[in-house]
Amino acid sequence: MEEKTLYTVTIFSENTVGLLGQVTSVFTRRQLNIETLSVSPSALPGIHKFTITIFTDRDMIEKVVKQIDKRIDVLKAYFNTDEELIHQEIALYKLSTPDFLKMGTVEQLIRKYNAKILEINENCVVLHKTGHHAETQALFDELSKTIGVLQFIRSGRIAITKSKIERLSDMLKDIERKQNRLNE
Amino acid sequence: MGQEITGREALIRSLIQEGVDTIFGYPGGAIMPIFDTIYDYKEQIKHILVRHEQGATHAAQGYARTSGKVGVAFVTSGPGATNTVTGIADAMIDSTPLVVVTGQVVSSLLGSDAFQEADVVGITQPITKWAYQIRRAEDIPTAVARAFYIASSGRPGPVVLDITKDAQNGLLDYHYEKTTFIRSYQPKPEVNSKEIEVAAQIINDAKNPLALIGQGVILGEAEKELVAFIEKSGIPSAFTVLGLSSLPSDHPQNVGMLGMHGNIGPNLKTNECDVLIAIGMRFDDRVTGDLNTYAKQAKVIHFDIDLAEINKNVKATARVYGDVKDTLPAITKLIKEKKYPEWLSEFRACYEREYNVVIKNELYPESGNLKMGEVINKISEATNNDAVLVTDVGQHQMMGVRYFKYQQTRSVVTSGGLGTMGFGLPAAIGAKVGAPGRTVCLFVGDGGIQMTIQELGTIMQYDINVKIVILNNHFLGMVRQWQELFFDERYSETVMKNPDFVKIAQAYNIPARKVDKREDIDAAITEMLNHPGSYLLDVDVEAKGMVYPMVPAGTCVTNILLGDE
Repeated sequence: MEEKTLYTVTIFSENTVGLLGQVTSVFTRRQLNIETLSVSPSALPGIHKFTITIFTDRDMIEKVVKQIDKRIDVLKAYFNTDEELIHQEIALYKLSTPDFLKMGTVEQLIRKYNAKILEINENCVVLHKTGHHAETQALFDELSKTIGVLQFIRSGRIAITKSKIERLSDMLKDIERKQNRLNE
Repeated sequence: MGQEITGREALIRSLIQEGVDTIFGYPGGAIMPIFDTIYDYKEQIKHILVRHEQGATHAAQGYARTSGKVGVAFVTSGPGATNTVTGIADAMIDSTPLVVVTGQVVSSLLGSDAFQEADVVGITQPITKWAYQIRRAEDIPTAVARAFYIASSGRPGPVVLDITKDAQNGLLDYHYEKTTFIRSYQPKPEVNSKEIEVAAQIINDAKNPLALIGQGVILGEAEKELVAFIEKSGIPSAFTVLGLSSLPSDHPQNVGMLGMHGNIGPNLKTNECDVLIAIGMRFDDRVTGDLNTYAKQAKVIHFDIDLAEINKNVKATARVYGDVKDTLPAITKLIKEKKYPEWLSEFRACYEREYNVVIKNELYPESGNLKMGEVINKISEATNNDAVLVTDVGQHQMMGVRYFKYQQTRSVVTSGGLGTMGFGLPAAIGAKVGAPGRTVCLFVGDGGIQMTIQELGTIMQYDINVKIVILNNHFLGMVRQWQELFFDERYSETVMKNPDFVKIAQAYNIPARKVDKREDIDAAITEMLNHPGSYLLDVDVEAKGMVYPMVPAGTCVTNILLGDE
């Protein structure tokens, strides 16, 4: 068995109904669990970007990414390992205001974790932290141990590659150039 | 400038623009407006009313496979659409171009569990190349154009167009333009000359190469290019079930069929060759057996138009990504002219062994009941080895692909990937409609025919000339074979008490005859083939016949069972 690692799959697609289902069914058939998922419009109008993280081996990720890439409405799908990426997640922590004020170490905590306070009212405090999974988890663990966390939510990963890879807009231009050549 | 017409009329006109002349279908509530329009276009488009929607898709598949065109099926929403699922999945795994049009409830009712509503796009998305719901009349021409482009280009496959009733009736400004480009879909990769050079070098250095030919050659209409390649390279060529007939059976370099019930030679030599050249085939598990022991000694060159197939099952030493219509001529230019007389003679030696141990007794038994192979071989010879073979799924299918012989391409219509029992009869109807000038011989088991036997009604209504041969062993034969070999002869639910098939055929006004004696078979075959229309022959064959050779599932391709030696 090859070693399993966390891969980040990036998919650019046309904004068509049901595309998420098409993408996830490729993972489901191979019995792969999606760890995180984030979907949003990309910088190019009409094109959506999916960022999905999956624990698997290299052989498997190559196969599933090719199967996703061949779906008609997918413009481009590729995968990266963590070393090739700048990636980030956002976490929100809801805490009890009385407990939070009683801590006495708020300043230390905020500095240590580079967290922000988004909201304070008489009932609750909402903290906000961005970072890698391990970093947002560390703050969660510390708060859980001390005053307890009323609610916790973490976003899916968003990521940007470090390397100079082909930009999607360039790829689209290239596709259209080839097409025009064929039509001539 | 276009003109204002209804969505349903736009649909039919669009189909005509795509060259559609035949539709297989079945009406129902949500597709009635479209069927009303078909009534006006009888002269241009022939609609064949099947007896069950599954039959519509299988007939469309048979039509696509013999004609090379896109098969079209029309069905209603809900149950009509869900009945097509088997045929769509079959077409997906066997890369058959289909456009299946399903009616859908009016768009205002979508998602409300309306009468005969089913989430057809959701259901069919994983088993189609593309599934799309049309909710506005003005989207119909573009969607149809895309559907035909997607179904027929690249690696072909089925497309579903789910059209709401209001879109069928709505008005639009009609203008039709064929699709030739979708920015997220590049079906025809450019030939990479570096890949060709690398592959050519490996082929030129080969000592004992073997080519594995799949349906990609037929789908790419590259039969001539294949002949040029193998004749110049001198390489022995073996075929997947769906690749059969891309080269005539009697070509001196045709060394037979691959796979679980394939010929001994190609299976054994897969694990002895030094270079394995896969051309438009996908290393299905029924071909490879255990991947861990498959062709480990060989350099593998994989020609395919679908990038996801390369390295999926077998790691390729070199890939040749592209349409074989383009890549085969490119590589033929670069390879040396070679001959492998000794290597080819090893295949002949394997065949002789197989002939003596298995084939002779299957084709020319001197006593006992009639055998499947015997009947198939006789019919193949009686049609000058030039008929279209259609099969259902099971023992008779494997016997059919083993013993039927071919001279022309597109002569085999069978459910290879999905293995759909019930495929045969409706597919034979489509095969005949798609190749009206050819003799179509359907071999079907007593189990399979009863899954879609209602399509005899279609044959009767449209006078479709199909020669139906039931190879009747009163068993679900292939399952019974596995029970005998792997389940201690515990014949769980494989015994069939059958109706009188001759009487059933007669009820449909199809002449029929039952044969259970060797001395009657030749005359019965002659009578069947001489009859100007369809004919059903119910042949009682050996009840516990076995298909050999056999590579048991999941084992090494050299682990070949031959039965009693």
